[in-house]
Amino acid sequence: MSIILDKVNYVYSPGTAYEKQALKDISLVLEDGDFIGLIGHTGSGKSTLIQHLNGLMRATSGGVYYNGADIYDKDYSLRELRKKVGLVFQYPEHQLFETTVLADVKFGPANLGLTPLEVDLRAYEALRQVGIGDELIDASPFELSGGQKRRVAIAGVLAMQPEVLILDEPTAGLDPRGRDEILDRIAAIHEERHITVVLVSHSMEDVAKYVDRIIVMNGGSVAWNDTPRNVFRHYRELEAIGLAAPQVTYALQALHGRGLPVDTDVTTVREARDAVLAWYQKNGGNGLRAEAAGVQGKLYSEEAGGDSPCAGAEKRRGGAR
Amino acid sequence: MIRDITIGQYYPADSILHRLDPRVKLSGTLIFIICLFLVKNLWGYLAAALCLGAVIRLSKVPFRHIVKGLKAIIFLLLFTVLFNLFLTSGTPVFEWRFIRITQEGLYLAFSMAVRLTLLIIGSSLMTFTTTPNQLTDGLESLLRPLNKIHVPVHEVAMMMSIALRFIPILLEETDKIMKAQQARGADFETGGLIQRAKAMVPLLVPLFISAFRRAGDLAMAMEARCYRGGKGRTKMKPLRYGRRDAAAWLILGVFAAVIIVTRKV
Repeated sequence: MSIILDKVNYVYSPGTAYEKQALKDISLVLEDGDFIGLIGHTGSGKSTLIQHLNGLMRATSGGVYYNGADIYDKDYSLRELRKKVGLVFQYPEHQLFETTVLADVKFGPANLGLTPLEVDLRAYEALRQVGIGDELIDASPFELSGGQKRRVAIAGVLAMQPEVLILDEPTAGLDPRGRDEILDRIAAIHEERHITVVLVSHSMEDVAKYVDRIIVMNGGSVAWNDTPRNVFRHYRELEAIGLAAPQVTYALQALHGRGLPVDTDVTTVREARDAVLAWYQKNGGNGLRAEAAGVQGKLYSEEAGGDSPCAGAEKRRGGAR
Repeated sequence: MIRDITIGQYYPADSILHRLDPRVKLSGTLIFIICLFLVKNLWGYLAAALCLGAVIRLSKVPFRHIVKGLKAIIFLLLFTVLFNLFLTSGTPVFEWRFIRITQEGLYLAFSMAVRLTLLIIGSSLMTFTTTPNQLTDGLESLLRPLNKIHVPVHEVAMMMSIALRFIPILLEETDKIMKAQQARGADFETGGLIQRAKAMVPLLVPLFISAFRRAGDLAMAMEARCYRGGKGRTKMKPLRYGRRDAAAWLILGVFAAVIIVTRKV
């Protein structure tokens, strides 16, 4: 069970002055249950790519297969496909139109031809999953805050209970708290329903924290398709195409550069903490503590407090003893 | 889908027609349209069609692209032809039950079809070769004399240029919302008239909301930059007539003369 893209090409406005090849020979396999991060510079073809996954855009050449069936086949129902592949667009709150939150969430499942009871059940379930409480379900969607609107819109797609959930920058324009809330919810739904999730994002931190696999787009082609660790190892090349590695990767690179032999392939703060602790444990003992302090002193000489990840780890370690 | 509507959309190219002063193109189009209605016989249509063909060649806009724009008015064209064909009284050339085609009807249907096609191609050629900004600049400059009788020419031109500027944005927005609702299982293509009209609600409500939001944002941005209407405003690129514009006026004059002459043939 998977989505397979086979040499997909897409050309915008062919034969006119505006002609532009947005996708070049994309071949990808998205397996069931994957949590995939899709990153790329603006205009690299991310949004075009995800619209091919549920048949909203038709490839100029190449094929897309959902669970082995060719979606460009004459007999293949694209509406059926869209039931199974849910797509949340960028700024999804702009598509809200109903008078109440509940009615808007019900729009998707109601289009599937389910019984009214089933539609209600799915809508309530989806609202619960995105953390919209009962006190809001009868409010007008236009009265909600930005983050709440966004979550209602995502619930509108979730209520269709898709097998694959694609989100195009679900955190764009949200504050850090709204961002974490949405991403945590999505991760929880991925765990709970075992669905495939494709997360399009500009934030390397978000991607590194949640996904198992990263697909990097550049100029309409796939530049990398690998685990976060392996992709962010190429941080110099990523910088060359307008991207970057998570900040914590840079922090450990800097530590390494200053003579601390830590693992530099880390991509999340948790991994970084473990890497530093591993180094500390290996060289544990009082003699080396002075050396570590020396390294720290060099690194954070300008900072009086020395409230560094290293110091934090050391403190925590000291407390545990 | 919606992007296929090419009628009136600027087509970037580097041609003498693109560089022409927008005032000349505007008045030229007006003169061309008036001339089309002055035409009395086949010779006139032939002259107009030939001139239009030459101008299309000069514009470097591919003919295919222009014809694609005609698709939008094919029904209007068909209606005009059919009504004129069947409902004109005169000497009958063909009669079968209640269907009656007259000589006058045939001629009228033909000339209406040609006139409409030439008119649409002629005016869309202007918008193909003129950016909306140039167009409103030209219009503002042509209508400036109306300022004397207290017509707010600048404001009207500004409104027009904003409206034109928003067309592609709203088209894009429509496309986006349509796709978003399709991803939620909305169906815009099948069903009867009432069902289809109902299916438009999830599209129109977000579209109106976004249009109002954009209008509010734009008004705020203009006020933040102290926009206070046309009084005392100068232009970064004021329109100036050049030699090629004089040549274009000359050609237009000759064209009008030819059309008037064909009336006497």
